[in-house]
Amino acid sequence: MSYRDNPQALQALIRPTEVHRDIFVDEEVFQLEMEHLFANTWVYVGHASQVPQPGDYYTTTVGDQPVVMVRHNDGSIKVLHNRCPHKGVMVVNDVHGNAGRFFRCPYHAWSFKTDGSLLALPLKRGYDPQVLAQSEAAGGMAQVENTREYRGFVFCRLNPQGQSFEDFFGESLSTIDNMVDRSPRGQLEVAGGVLRYVHDCNWKMLVDNQSDTCHPMVAHESSAGTAVRVWQEAPEGTPKPMAVQLFAPFISPYEFYENMGIRVWENGHGHTGVSDSIHASYDDVPGYLDSMVQAYGEERAHKILGDVRHNTTYFPNIMVKGPIQTLRVFKPLAADKTLVESWTFRLVGAPDLLLERTLMYNRLINAPTSIVGHDDLEVYERAQRGLLSRGLEWVNVARLYDPAEIGRKNEVTNGTNEWQMRNQYRAWARYMTASMAGAETRQRETA
Amino acid sequence: MSGKPMTECSNQQLIDFVYAEARMLDEQRFEDWLDLFTEDGHYWMPLSHGQDDPRLQASLMYEDKLLLRVRIERLAGQRTFSQQPRSRSHHLLARPDIETGHPWHAPQQGQYAVRAAFHYVETRQDEQTLHAGWATYQLLACDNTLRIKQKRIDLVNCDSALRSIQLFM
Repeated sequence: MSYRDNPQALQALIRPTEVHRDIFVDEEVFQLEMEHLFANTWVYVGHASQVPQPGDYYTTTVGDQPVVMVRHNDGSIKVLHNRCPHKGVMVVNDVHGNAGRFFRCPYHAWSFKTDGSLLALPLKRGYDPQVLAQSEAAGGMAQVENTREYRGFVFCRLNPQGQSFEDFFGESLSTIDNMVDRSPRGQLEVAGGVLRYVHDCNWKMLVDNQSDTCHPMVAHESSAGTAVRVWQEAPEGTPKPMAVQLFAPFISPYEFYENMGIRVWENGHGHTGVSDSIHASYDDVPGYLDSMVQAYGEERAHKILGDVRHNTTYFPNIMVKGPIQTLRVFKPLAADKTLVESWTFRLVGAPDLLLERTLMYNRLINAPTSIVGHDDLEVYERAQRGLLSRGLEWVNVARLYDPAEIGRKNEVTNGTNEWQMRNQYRAWARYMTASMAGAETRQRETA
Repeated sequence: MSGKPMTECSNQQLIDFVYAEARMLDEQRFEDWLDLFTEDGHYWMPLSHGQDDPRLQASLMYEDKLLLRVRIERLAGQRTFSQQPRSRSHHLLARPDIETGHPWHAPQQGQYAVRAAFHYVETRQDEQTLHAGWATYQLLACDNTLRIKQKRIDLVNCDSALRSIQLFM
């Protein structure tokens, strides 16, 4: 059976409480995700602080599409397909740089303004002006029209038609708001350097993991549990080191995770850690609260800092941690290969110690050298291999299922509910098939 | 670190120390290896070339003795799933150089800087990964033994997308 041009078959992979193994292992499904899911959704591209000056650029991918995010000379941020309209060469190769006033292809020196439009090409008299004007190449580097910057975070929707930015994100933007508001100046900067690592597993396993609150006390017993045990050997009265503060909450009991709650938004977005979280009890950083009170007033400052959301999943493929200022991108490379990029932010105007803690968290938890990450990776890769088994067809997401949840949104539920995972898979079925010919409009499930 | 500096170490003693340290890791004598570090010692693996700040710049590892102990005790744990089965390592070192121009190098104070280019292989199950880089040791001679104040690992591809590195280079 082929899944191409077969939206009904794709939708049948998602049942109310289980999902078919083909969404993780099937190469054709992966290809269709690249063509449809990653085109119909608003996908994270990068952060405005990576391109502060006109001409500054950052190259990345949206799904499997090479793009360049660039600051145009009018101050706006453009996302261009990183492909010369002439012979197809990727015009920009460095991750970061400044293009000056234009991009220039290294092959035949065609040049493009920073909005992608064709500026000049050598020996132009060789082209009949009418023929050139009618060719696709005359349009220059293709611009992704639907690009939005929200408080510094840049997203794009590759498909010209589709859901608006506001409808796609709904109330979920409150997590970005909270992270930005944690800066006394309301401003974030990408800082420290990005940790990048590769897993031999499907990208959705990492997305699932973000709201999987029943694994830390099992998979991370070896790391967080050992950290706590080693720490207990320290002489009494020794101040608890930052590293132990970061590790220890991972092995909190089930009850802790149940009580902290999960908030389920629409369209696959949601977050763990509503009333409490593993980020709730770090030491105060001297001077920080004062600067927040000065900026926002007593009440608002406490409200901002009291919102300690754990993992916010922005469907399809990023996770944001407001209280510790990290953002992870799960970049799909193949059905069984994912690149993780773990980014860190400085809260502009806040003490350096906050960035130091952010960087320590990132290298202890989200690095190729992280002992927490090692056990996560082990289970993802074992799952990828296990799912090759034809002994069983389905992956279970039935925990705390309520048939009445379908169609509901913006609700808080038990912190171990797999509703958020189900929310992601329902969104998956919808955005996978929304742009397929012959797809019924299936808003039935998740309107 | 208190204690009387010993008489100056010979270059051969420093070189022997570096070879012995690598062998300890490959033989997985991790407790002995940890004892080589001073109480305030660090193991540092920068994320970028020429990095000089482990605090406000990201690193792959920047671990004090407490974190190294956690790492080592974890390797031996019953529920350390990523070490079932265990990883193994192999160090191949170029002849270590005494870094007389390094700011740490001050033999009259018992401080020595040594650097060795290496190829390092880590293997687990059917996967074998080769890493290449340079190890820079800041050593301290104390009570007639050498101790590691800092071991710095600069991978030639420190900023690449890496797979898991579970042992020590």
